[in-house]
Amino acid sequence: MSKILMKGNEAIGEGAVRAGCRYFFGYPITPQSELTHFLAKRLPEVGGLYMQAESEVASINMVYGASCAGARVMTSSSGPGISLMQEGLSYLAGAELPSVVVNLMRGGPGLGNIAPSQADYFQATKGGGHGDYHLIVLAPNSVQELLDMTQTAFDLADKYRNPVMIMADGVMGQMMEPVELADQLEIKQVAKPWATTGTDYHEGRNLINSCYVIPEQMEDLNNRLEKKYADITRNEQQCEGYLLEDAEIVLVAFGMASRICRAVVEKARAGGIPAGLIRPITLWPFPMEFVSKVADKAKIFLAVELNMGQMMEDVKLAASGRAPVYHYGRLGGMIPDVREVLREVEKLYRGGVGQ
Amino acid sequence: MLEAIYLAGHGGQGTLSTGQLLALAAVKEGKCVSYVPHYGVEKRGGVSNCGVTVSDRQVSSPFVTEPTVLVAMNSLSLERYENAVVPGGLIITNSSLVEAKVSRTDVKAVPIRANDEAEALGDPLVANNIILGAVLELTGVVSIKTVEESLKEVLPPRHHHKIPVNLKALERGAQLAREYINPTGE
Repeated sequence: MSKILMKGNEAIGEGAVRAGCRYFFGYPITPQSELTHFLAKRLPEVGGLYMQAESEVASINMVYGASCAGARVMTSSSGPGISLMQEGLSYLAGAELPSVVVNLMRGGPGLGNIAPSQADYFQATKGGGHGDYHLIVLAPNSVQELLDMTQTAFDLADKYRNPVMIMADGVMGQMMEPVELADQLEIKQVAKPWATTGTDYHEGRNLINSCYVIPEQMEDLNNRLEKKYADITRNEQQCEGYLLEDAEIVLVAFGMASRICRAVVEKARAGGIPAGLIRPITLWPFPMEFVSKVADKAKIFLAVELNMGQMMEDVKLAASGRAPVYHYGRLGGMIPDVREVLREVEKLYRGGVGQ
Repeated sequence: MLEAIYLAGHGGQGTLSTGQLLALAAVKEGKCVSYVPHYGVEKRGGVSNCGVTVSDRQVSSPFVTEPTVLVAMNSLSLERYENAVVPGGLIITNSSLVEAKVSRTDVKAVPIRANDEAEALGDPLVANNIILGAVLELTGVVSIKTVEESLKEVLPPRHHHKIPVNLKALERGAQLAREYINPTGE
């Protein structure tokens, strides 16, 4: 199996095609426009449909329609466009429609800029749309993972009948890295007897809806969703640890920040500081169990994010007061460099733990 | 082996294509590679930089903030990034456009008149590969042979007739770098 050089945006598109996604509805926005370009060319090659909708609101509702019909379907955007999609995401969650939404985050709030950011963590993991619901949120940190996790996202979406978000900062869409493409395409399509494919294909009438006028019936759905979210939380937490065995100061970072922190941990260790790294792969469900176990031994946590401290709150919940949780972040599309994070690690470590 | 190469210039100078060409060649040689572009919103003339990290091991941070090699295609790039280069690193300037000298004394500085040399080869568009030739010569990060194979992939077939002049540019750049480092040829 040979490696090819691929751009992140293309890897997401190829991952979707390899997962059997044949429908894409989207609207271009930097830094994810190359993904829409790629799929506009690639989907017709495999008999699929690419459609540029008139807006993000239209795209997400087209996703709703295609998912109702049982298709593997995807849309993508960046911050401002994802905000426009929130109503649709709530409807998808309420109607339990499997779908994949990609957010390549950029600097905000507002129109912001096109530089990389991780400031949409709250929006993705704590709601964003209205009502009690959760998206499954995946945070790849390399071009290879953008490809692999896009495929995983479709499987998870079908398994739980739930929208899945792939969240990465904008630079990941544009960076290039070697990627291994499996020779054999394995598509795990599941039966969707609930889909509205017409009475030729299923017994009686299938109805997909998120409107429950009678509160008792609404609560039934809410209870079912709550149980599903509990299952997902139990089964799907994913996390990676690096040099945690004897780590006293533990960095926690996802996506691109985790790559920077890996270098920080190596440099800190070279300077005699026992540092380690936790890298959440699923942001929802957050890897509470993993972080909690580490909190039994670690003396300090440092969450490093391209935001003001959003995932940090989940780290605090997981640590439950057993170890202090600090935050280091750069904002507005700025990227922390290894040296500045290392200085922060040194400051915290020398300031207490290492005495 | 770890080379963190930062190529900096303005739109149209070929910094991004040079970075991609180098990254592809490194993949072909089985190395670990990350390529991260950085450009402005301008259609033309804005900042156009990229970082290429080539290593034997998994690349942790793909951002080139402490380059081992800086290529400054214009004056602004030298001004901005000269101080970021690691001690003992290499700075190659496109001295057709960069008049200033490298002020650091703890790095190796190599000026290459890339635009003039490209004109002399009959194609001003190959200035970037004159510089790349010098990078390859001075770092050995990948071989010219692999870059030649990569050119066939990155250039669309309608531009394949340009491969010979690009190869000449790579070789000329390598030669200029050799002569600069070792002027007497000993």
